[in-house]
Amino acid sequence: MKAMTGGVVRIGDDVDTDMMVPGAYLNVTDPELLAPHLLEAYDPAVTARIGPGTILVAGRNLGLGSSREHAQLALRGRGVQAVIAESFARIFFRNCVNLGLPVIEHPSAARALRDGASVTVDLARGRLASEGTEWTIPPAPPFIAELVAAGGLVPWVRERLAGSEPRRPTT
Amino acid sequence: MTGQTLTAKVLRAHGVGDVTPGAYGLLDVDLLMLNDVSGAVALKEFARMGAERVFDPARVACVADHFWPAKDIRSAHQVRLLREFADAQGIADYWETGATVDSGIEHALLAEQGRVLPGRVVVGGDSHTCTAGALGAFGTGVGSTDVAAVLALGQLWIRVPEAHRVTFAGTPGRFVTGKDLALALLRHGGVSGSTYASVEYAGEALTRTSVDDRMALCNMAVEAGAKTGMVAADDVTLDWLEPRLGHRPDAVAADPDAAYEREVTIDVSDMPPLIAAPWSPGNVRTVDEVGSGVRVHQVYVGNCANGTISDLRALATVMRGRTVAKGTRLVVVPATQRTYRQALAEGVVATLLDAGAMLSPPTCGACFGGHTGILDDGEVAVATTNRNFVGRMGHPGSRVYLANAWVAGAAAVTGELTDPAVLV
Repeated sequence: MKAMTGGVVRIGDDVDTDMMVPGAYLNVTDPELLAPHLLEAYDPAVTARIGPGTILVAGRNLGLGSSREHAQLALRGRGVQAVIAESFARIFFRNCVNLGLPVIEHPSAARALRDGASVTVDLARGRLASEGTEWTIPPAPPFIAELVAAGGLVPWVRERLAGSEPRRPTT
Repeated sequence: MTGQTLTAKVLRAHGVGDVTPGAYGLLDVDLLMLNDVSGAVALKEFARMGAERVFDPARVACVADHFWPAKDIRSAHQVRLLREFADAQGIADYWETGATVDSGIEHALLAEQGRVLPGRVVVGGDSHTCTAGALGAFGTGVGSTDVAAVLALGQLWIRVPEAHRVTFAGTPGRFVTGKDLALALLRHGGVSGSTYASVEYAGEALTRTSVDDRMALCNMAVEAGAKTGMVAADDVTLDWLEPRLGHRPDAVAADPDAAYEREVTIDVSDMPPLIAAPWSPGNVRTVDEVGSGVRVHQVYVGNCANGTISDLRALATVMRGRTVAKGTRLVVVPATQRTYRQALAEGVVATLLDAGAMLSPPTCGACFGGHTGILDDGEVAVATTNRNFVGRMGHPGSRVYLANAWVAGAAAVTGELTDPAVLV
């Protein structure tokens, strides 16, 4: 995976999926239609700053609450490249991995990255860099790495359906 | 060798070879649930996977509940997609209020229909699938792409969770319900106190509770970040299931010497009913701490775990011979059509109508800000639901207090947060 560089947009702790995409919009599945509402209930001023290439940086427990994948669809729809947080709620984390949206749990980097700064994420080399500071990204567990390498859960399942029996994941 | 947790036993019985916390594996799924919201996205992903047939139509349940009755054309379309998929795939377990004799909100419905059994694995495209833990099942909520993968393969990838044991000690008071036990744990550990964990609830206070109370408790495990929350099946569980199944199912429990990553004991003996104040389920207070003087515009009794007959009876007990306060409206949503029928037979519906309540058909409705009771800017609700995030039930400037049905009823009568003991 190639390194990516983008502008940091920071959000706080415990940003839930209702804030990301309010329930009223769950009768829509098109990323283009969901994108205008991303983080609408959090702060419309933040929404306006998120565009193609943005790297979203959050505090603790990002994505708690609903399992709605509309949150990831809206992130995609607005062009968010990657998400970095101090910690993630579990369903939100799964959904990002499944959809091939890079997610990095890194408490010290998530605390340090400055709003508006440029950050480079190099997943292949396990590096994060911004304004002269570098951080090491710990390697993902083998199964997560396998999903990421496959491009997400959709191609991973497609390979299994096309091949033989579903097999146990590498651990 | 130490004994096994309930979590480890269920995972091991479902194809996960290494049940060490943090290990990864593929979990065999006994029941997969999708609804009109998660289903609409999942069906697209299922097609993108190149899948054509579901892994086993007998192990898939489809429930139209979020935007049902359809509130607009887009909602009608999403339910239509679900209906047509169930039909094309030969999925008999399709429920839609108005079209099938039984129906309702997914988690209450699956339990009522005998689809959730002790020791089984239930995966759903809805975060509150952990409600299945009330019957001793391993229920976990996932997103739509996971749903699509399970539809195709019958398996879910998982990271084996750490197991926590939460013991509720003491004897709960008259107005303390399963909702309050859930809120007590959130008061203790906050909204990330159980992140990634499987929470096994136990204790003397729990042995006295009904399945309805246990559903309220397990329903909010996800609010503390948990993968699931479970109550091992006991006689209460089996007595509840037996008439629904026509036989007494087997129970599965943790070994007495099982080791847990974390153990918490909460004594509920002198605990009053609890409330989660805006804007987090972890912002837990007592009625006294919040204080009266909070003007309440809407009381909402319903949702996937707190629209049970127990909740409706409690509400009716408070409302009997009374009416809603001026300036306050009462929205009541029985969780299933069967619950609705029972409430009708018991006179509960008549009591609530006489008090001025509006009764809705079973639906997720306003709980998630969909329809049927949306709040305007500045409005305050007391709701027996599970989330009170910013804008959860409508305008971002509205506020939601989560509480049990006794407290909700008291608020409907007085128009402010009130200790139910003052009234009944």
